[in-house]
Amino acid sequence: MAKINWFKYAAPATFYPLAGRLYPWFYGLALVLGVIGLYIGFFVAPTDFQQGEAYRIIFIHVPAAWMSMFLYLVMAGYAGIGLVFNTRLSSMMARAIAPTGALFTFLALWTGSMWGRPMWGTYWVWDARLTSELILLFLYIGFMALQAAIDDPRRGDRAGGVLALVGAINVPIIYFSVKWWNTLHQGSSINLTKAPSMAAIMLWGMLVMALCFWMYSIAVILSRVQCVIAEREKRAAWLQELASEVS
Amino acid sequence: MSQQHVTTTADTTLELRGLACVRGERRLFAGLQATVVGGELMRVRGDNGAGKTSLLRLIAGLAEPALGQVLWAGEDSRRVREPFQRALVYLGHASGIKDELDPVENLLAASALADEGLSREAACDALRAMGLGERLALECKVLSAGQRRRVALARLLLTRRRLWLLDEPFNALDPQAVQHLAGAIGRHLAAGGICLYTTHQAVDIPADKARDLFLGGRA
Amino acid sequence: MSMFQALLRRDLLLVYRRRADAITVLVFFSIVVSLFPLGVGADPTLLRPIGAGVVWVAALLSSLLSLQRLFAADHADGTLEQILLSPQPLPLAVLAKVLAHWIATGIPLALVAPLLGMQFGLTGDALLVLTGGVLLGTPILSLVGAVGAALTLGLRGGNLLVALLILPLNIPVLILGAGAVDATQSGLGAEAHLSLLAALLIATLLGTPFAVAAALRISLD
Repeated sequence: MAKINWFKYAAPATFYPLAGRLYPWFYGLALVLGVIGLYIGFFVAPTDFQQGEAYRIIFIHVPAAWMSMFLYLVMAGYAGIGLVFNTRLSSMMARAIAPTGALFTFLALWTGSMWGRPMWGTYWVWDARLTSELILLFLYIGFMALQAAIDDPRRGDRAGGVLALVGAINVPIIYFSVKWWNTLHQGSSINLTKAPSMAAIMLWGMLVMALCFWMYSIAVILSRVQCVIAEREKRAAWLQELASEVS
Repeated sequence: MSQQHVTTTADTTLELRGLACVRGERRLFAGLQATVVGGELMRVRGDNGAGKTSLLRLIAGLAEPALGQVLWAGEDSRRVREPFQRALVYLGHASGIKDELDPVENLLAASALADEGLSREAACDALRAMGLGERLALECKVLSAGQRRRVALARLLLTRRRLWLLDEPFNALDPQAVQHLAGAIGRHLAAGGICLYTTHQAVDIPADKARDLFLGGRA
Repeated sequence: MSMFQALLRRDLLLVYRRRADAITVLVFFSIVVSLFPLGVGADPTLLRPIGAGVVWVAALLSSLLSLQRLFAADHADGTLEQILLSPQPLPLAVLAKVLAHWIATGIPLALVAPLLGMQFGLTGDALLVLTGGVLLGTPILSLVGAVGAALTLGLRGGNLLVALLILPLNIPVLILGAGAVDATQSGLGAEAHLSLLAALLIATLLGTPFAVAAALRISLD
């Protein structure tokens, strides 16, 4: 079996065309999975006997919340690798992930409050998960604001790396303290963890939607990282060669 | 308060190997090669924005080169960070002088930061030698720019470090102070030290071996 | 004299010579706390339960207000470069500076906190726990704040940015500190909260100086 030199793809110059070839496929997969997932969610899954039709928003809400947390870890991982090993592509990936992570966090909050209205009669409750999700949104915004404020891209990458790592270490501490605060202050009047047992088809719907969000994230991040590379290396010779080949 | 002996050994060699510096998207210089040995004076020259300050900061280890290495006594200065920093004095544009402290306190604090022991008497002597004898107990905010510069430069009279990196050391100094500083650099070189400096003024520094390093394409 | 002692001494001397700055922070702290009764009403049954939370939020903001001075002055006058060039470990220098910052802001806040707590009808044990909590919590605020101050050194709008970066990270301190007082008032005892706060302090003390050191090197590159 031929040995593939994976490190080759760690150079922006080689990664750029690869990302360009890959991302349309991921968009396509996201579309297909999204149609299947939403079909299951809206037409196949049965009406919940307690929550009626309103519960169907979990097919977006729950996968979005999963993605928002997972993407923060991935972002911190890339930023950390970029900081420690000084690999530029990793830092660029972190930069590309942040807006998508923030988007999913916002989506989770939004759908959460839309779900909350019929369930609890209010758009916002200081539930531990919603509160943590809100803080996560602040962390994403902080990361993006810091990188946006720094003109020098290399300093921006490295400063963002430190911040993402500090944030990632803090996330569990924040989560547990918020959870603790919540149990002390609110008792168990509202509890998302005790959702009624789910029908298997509901779980499938959520999983398919989660996969759809995965594919969408990969597609968006790849196309965004292409932009970052192009912007960063607009003086680089290989990009101009590529441009002259195309035209 | 005489110039202390600087140990002259083969270790007093600074070598710049293929240094490149990129600021933002601008390449300031690349492929910079130079070897400076003990007793040698090197004046870094170039237009405004050619990267003179960047080069000194890069050598000091404050900034990372885009490419290349700085070797001290034949070893990568980033690997031998601590001994290198013990051999180095860097004085930048800003003199590191606190308005709210008097010259003696400033000098003592600077020496302590550099991990060099310094007695109050020695500090006062050095400041007197820089012509600040009557202002030892005044807060630095009442001093003029040139006088504050002298406070910072007084450190050079007290240190035994072999590599001096001075960014525009003659700025804001009156002719008498310029001469005084030139003399101090001369003694440092005579004792086997190295001095790299930048300046826009023509200053006569007594040195056996003096060279220019041009940045920004000119020969 | 070691570099740590020298730096600590120098920073404290500077604080003393610029004591108006430190006093401004205290006045700010008192004003923010005093605004709440004006905003929500003077009903003691309303004020008592929110007292600890209000004092803590105000402490968080006051600590933020003083953060810009932590490195900015040293950055502007070139001292920070000399600190980076010191042969002594940089995290040690960071600790010295943060300790000076805490002595200048954290301890005064802890001394004033019980007075402000009394305005909200807190009494006895609750005041004691509030003061102890502020004493344990403010060093964490200074340490975490130092990371933000170092990252935003010399940036446009750095002050606002520090707030954005640091406030979310300080939420656990707020929860534990204010929660300790609540727990005392409801008769549960504050040991759990205060122990967790102390654990958090130790963890922060071990970790952040390295993060600050890295951030300073990045910001000065």
